[in-house]
Amino acid sequence: MASVCFYFQVHQPQRLRHYTIFDHSDNYLDDYKNAEICRKVANKCYLPANRLMLELIRKHKRKFKISYSITGVLLEQLEKFAPDVLTTFKQLADTGCVEFLGETYHHSLAFLYSKDEFIDQVKAHRRTIKQLFGQTPRIFRNTELIYNNGLPPIIDQIGGFDAIITEGADHILGYRNANFVYRPPTSTKLKLLLKNYRLSDDIAFRFSNRDWGQWPLTAEKFAAWINNVNGCGNVVNLFMDYETFGEHQWEDTGIFNFLRHLPQAILRHPDNNFKTPSEVIRSYPPVDIVDVPHTISWADIERDLSAWRGNSMQENALAELYRLEGKVKDTENPGIIDIWRRLQTSDHFYYMCTKWFSDGDVHKYFNHYNSPYDAYINYMNVLDNLDSCCSEAILKKPQRVYELSA
Amino acid sequence: MDPGTERIAAMKTFMLGWEFPPYISGGLGTACYGLTKAMDKLGIKVTFVLPRGTGNPVGSVKTIGTSDIRTAAQSEQFTNTKFHVISSKLKPYASVGSHEHNYSSGKILLEIDDTGPMLSPDNYTGDILTAVSQYAEKAMLIAGAEDFDVVHAHDWMTYPAGEAVSRQNHKPLVVHVHSTEFDRSGKHVNQTVYDIERMGMHAASKVIAVSNLTKETIVKHYGIPQAKVEVVYNAVEHNGDGVCRIPAEKKDKIVLFLGRITMQKGPEYFLAAAKKVLQVIDNVKFVMAGSGDMMHKIIELAASMGIGNKVLFTGFLSGEDVNRAFKMADLYVMPSVSEPFGISSLEAMDQNVPVLMSKQSGISEVVTHALKVDFWDIDEMANKMTAVLKRPQLKTTLGKNGFHESYRFKWEDSAAKVKSIYEEVIEQAKSKEKI
Repeated sequence: MASVCFYFQVHQPQRLRHYTIFDHSDNYLDDYKNAEICRKVANKCYLPANRLMLELIRKHKRKFKISYSITGVLLEQLEKFAPDVLTTFKQLADTGCVEFLGETYHHSLAFLYSKDEFIDQVKAHRRTIKQLFGQTPRIFRNTELIYNNGLPPIIDQIGGFDAIITEGADHILGYRNANFVYRPPTSTKLKLLLKNYRLSDDIAFRFSNRDWGQWPLTAEKFAAWINNVNGCGNVVNLFMDYETFGEHQWEDTGIFNFLRHLPQAILRHPDNNFKTPSEVIRSYPPVDIVDVPHTISWADIERDLSAWRGNSMQENALAELYRLEGKVKDTENPGIIDIWRRLQTSDHFYYMCTKWFSDGDVHKYFNHYNSPYDAYINYMNVLDNLDSCCSEAILKKPQRVYELSA
Repeated sequence: MDPGTERIAAMKTFMLGWEFPPYISGGLGTACYGLTKAMDKLGIKVTFVLPRGTGNPVGSVKTIGTSDIRTAAQSEQFTNTKFHVISSKLKPYASVGSHEHNYSSGKILLEIDDTGPMLSPDNYTGDILTAVSQYAEKAMLIAGAEDFDVVHAHDWMTYPAGEAVSRQNHKPLVVHVHSTEFDRSGKHVNQTVYDIERMGMHAASKVIAVSNLTKETIVKHYGIPQAKVEVVYNAVEHNGDGVCRIPAEKKDKIVLFLGRITMQKGPEYFLAAAKKVLQVIDNVKFVMAGSGDMMHKIIELAASMGIGNKVLFTGFLSGEDVNRAFKMADLYVMPSVSEPFGISSLEAMDQNVPVLMSKQSGISEVVTHALKVDFWDIDEMANKMTAVLKRPQLKTTLGKNGFHESYRFKWEDSAAKVKSIYEEVIEQAKSKEKI
């Protein structure tokens, strides 16, 4: 029996505007660019993909199931710039075949820097999902699938979650494979769902690569690979960016046609089915413990933190950001706390990544800055200004009067 | 030895230059030196003809007077190269105080660069066009007694000589464009110089440009077909060791400008940005190393802007002084209005120094680990200068990655590309002969 479990990550950062050391405005976001990119991705990916998913769920009479993790920072932008996308996500939620996962509202790295802040953001995201889609998330995915043994106890502490999703990195699995449910050594209740990165990346990264031996990838060929899992696994976790459909792989690569034919090709084998992450953990018991003492993620070949913390500029920017936490919260100013949280989105640090920069690869494609150095300079200028805003706000704050008792 | 290498060993080039260490005032001499040395290593026989006043240069290269033609094999750097030095009045760049010269009449009076190296003043007066044609005549005399496969001329003053030698000896001509009149003079192009450049490029079988930026100028302003122009990037002699020697807590930060102080190099943009930086950072000094026709104007400008005490002028630097200047700098800025390549940026990177370069430079096409700015964008220039001075993490990351990147630029690679261009034009010439 092989179940296919789809989870799509849906996220767009709120990009910063060009901000020099000589700027003093507290308006840091590039609304024009954010709106433009949001509309572009909506038209190329979110709208056609959502419509296709709706069509497939109806066509296969609820036998096709999927899950999404949508960040708070994107949901806000969709509300403002592409409300039609939000409507189609709500329609998907109403089918009963779509599960929404929990994560940090701001797609942040708070787990690595501030437990309190992390917990606040997870709760904020949960409230938003409940409000928009009428579901309370029960499966947690951390930003970029960043995970180590320290995460399950914090998720337990927040409560209400049954499992965590992360990368099926070879070095944590050893001889085992990702096609089973596992559990962490640090929690008795939580389960782990691990990404089958080979089959996931066949769709997400290799689909249109003509140098790849398996090109062109058809639904039938992919279904045959799923069938091969029968007997050596319970579930194939296909986790990828939603932007795979139409944005990373353009429509003319045939990606939508592939997706259109995939459910029927997979369901042709009587032992196959589709499950949401919650159904997967209800159906299959954990088979083993997976120990992850060192932090993993789903990024790059390294599957570590080097895309966000790989050079001293990134480390410095993150350290300065979280050093401000106390001061920001002291202001009790909702506007300041809100913008500080927006500055936590992991993409800001990804833009500063210098590894492979000279090769002009995927890092450059997602980067609206000309260079990682420009990204760092801009970010630090904004952070500097936020710091002085905090100082001003604290000075202006009405002083509490304490009476001295004799 | 396989037949290939034998053929390479037999290749001979007649090279016409105008600068060579220790007589240098700009990037041209550095480029000629690096390229020739690497070609020498590849086994190409180089005969290098230089226009120079008589004098006693210092340095590792032996330069020889006209009447005293010897091979330069004594110099350990060169085994296949011989130098001919023609006594001449040529001097590539205008210098301090020479802004009186009458460019529009086509007569360029040259004076001694009073901060430059080792030249006696009386050699540098007179009409440059006369000097150019005298150089051509003498080069033809030398060429008559030489055997070579190709003529290679560096920049406009040697093009008439290149063209004449090519015609006299029936050998193909390659012209190497290190800069054009449009780079040097902006909108005030000297027609005579332009005509010489254009003549040289048209007479050549191939034109070598030091960047795509320069190639564009050649195609657009000189009417040379795209296919005839090859880009060969310059490189750098690696002297740095990747170690940052600036103490983290010295009193003043140093921002360095190093180059000729002329319109082309954008010194006034540097000053305008410096003024802005000083609004936010106090403990910084701006060092302007170099000399040039705008030097006096720039000194006055700094004073009138009220930042005279923050801007220091060193005069012309060469050799070890250049490395010393880089070593004390926290940031090297190359704000050129038009920079065909910009070797000095590579030299700074090789010394672990972060670089802020104008986008109007050839080097910015190929370097990634440097900051880039439009030369006219004073705000952004000041923004980036400030960032490097304020953020040690930015400085170290740029320095470290820039150092590694500078190693992608090797004169051996440039020389190999030049060699393949030679092979192509020699082949072309042979097939023409058969017809």
